[in-house]
Amino acid sequence: MSAAALDGRRLTRAAMARRVARDLPDGSYVNLGIGLPTLVANHVPAGREIIYHSENGILGMGPEPEPGQGDPELINAGKQLVTLLPGGAYFHHTDSFMIMRGGHLDVSVLGAFQVSASGDLANWATLDDDFPPAVGGAMDLAVGAKRVLVLMTHTSPDGSPKLLRRCSFPLTAAHVVDRVYTDLAVLDVTPEGLLVREIAAGLSADDLRGVTEAPLLFADELDVLH
Amino acid sequence: MLDKRVASVADAVAGVQDGAVVLIGGFGSSGIPIELTHALLEQGARDLTLVTNNAGSGETDVAALLRERRVRKIICSYPRSKGSTWFEELYRAREIELELVPQGTLSERMRAAGAGLGGFFTPTGADSNLAHGKEVRVIGGRRHVFEHPLPGDVALVKGDRADRWGNVVYHSAARNFGPTMCTAAALTLVQVRQVVELGELDPEAVVTPGVFVDRVVEVRP
Repeated sequence: MSAAALDGRRLTRAAMARRVARDLPDGSYVNLGIGLPTLVANHVPAGREIIYHSENGILGMGPEPEPGQGDPELINAGKQLVTLLPGGAYFHHTDSFMIMRGGHLDVSVLGAFQVSASGDLANWATLDDDFPPAVGGAMDLAVGAKRVLVLMTHTSPDGSPKLLRRCSFPLTAAHVVDRVYTDLAVLDVTPEGLLVREIAAGLSADDLRGVTEAPLLFADELDVLH
Repeated sequence: MLDKRVASVADAVAGVQDGAVVLIGGFGSSGIPIELTHALLEQGARDLTLVTNNAGSGETDVAALLRERRVRKIICSYPRSKGSTWFEELYRAREIELELVPQGTLSERMRAAGAGLGGFFTPTGADSNLAHGKEVRVIGGRRHVFEHPLPGDVALVKGDRADRWGNVVYHSAARNFGPTMCTAAALTLVQVRQVVELGELDPEAVVTPGVFVDRVVEVRP
């Protein structure tokens, strides 16, 4: 399949977020990373109650306020105005990172630059020295949650693969990623390597291998990504 | 009589020395003790080490201290943000030292200082280049990196209400680093929207007990 044809099979950002949202269990405590993962909250199936954590000391975080109604101190990790749901709570930073590092979150959904075949995560720094480094809560989110899910495009904007044998960018954490959701596939990190569970409609195994540097295994019952 | 109230933000920052390690609360635009920070600028202390999550934005508070060349070093987790132009300018000119610390480690290092601990081992960053030069130990089958406590000479914190004993409550997510910073500095300064009488704060709801606070100043919105 040509690159252009393959591009036509990619899920939209909203569809990617919807796919992850389907896997968030009812009643779970979830942290959504900044950027693409933040969109997941907009696509949770009706009837499911998810308790969102924000690193700056919020559990039970709600959607953005009506225009003009916001509390200027009440922001999320991406520095956007948010609200607190009934039952929500505030706490200080040290407690908030206890929640993250201490294994109290059920799911952390993170963006990434690169993920390796063994679940190494690179999502905080590139090799570009023009910018000062910044890490924020990325390393704490990667090491602590019971399940670490990565939501990212399958390839970078220049077309280079992001699923690699070994990450070339500086590591956030080693052996932490449980599952990767891309615009072309859903893959589990297993002891044997990356196992494709779902693949975009119309793509062959070789098509996916063509845009992936890491070796791929394919599930016996491969589902169509939607 | 124990009375931690001071009349002005200028009185609050009196005595901060050149070379001080200054903990400044806030996360993004939330919970920044803007008036105390500006009072520190007026007070004139220089050669400061700032410990704060972000490296300032625009022209106010932390960014103003950077612009006026008062800061030798900044210890923070996320220096790069929209409007962090003063930090970036100083960084590129190599006029400021940056110590980058993962956010939870930053907070926990201050907690360790306040708790009288000699540091801690954390899995956060243990497999990253931020662990270079630090002791790494396998605990429970997992790599952990040793992190030292991070005490301050002075802390600047934004609360919501406080009393003359220094008990503090906070407002929504403005709480962020405040309670931990209060415990970690030799001199803790808290600005609040309102100073109230003893007994007016619900003792079940006090977040920072007064023992951690040295000076309280009311800054009306």
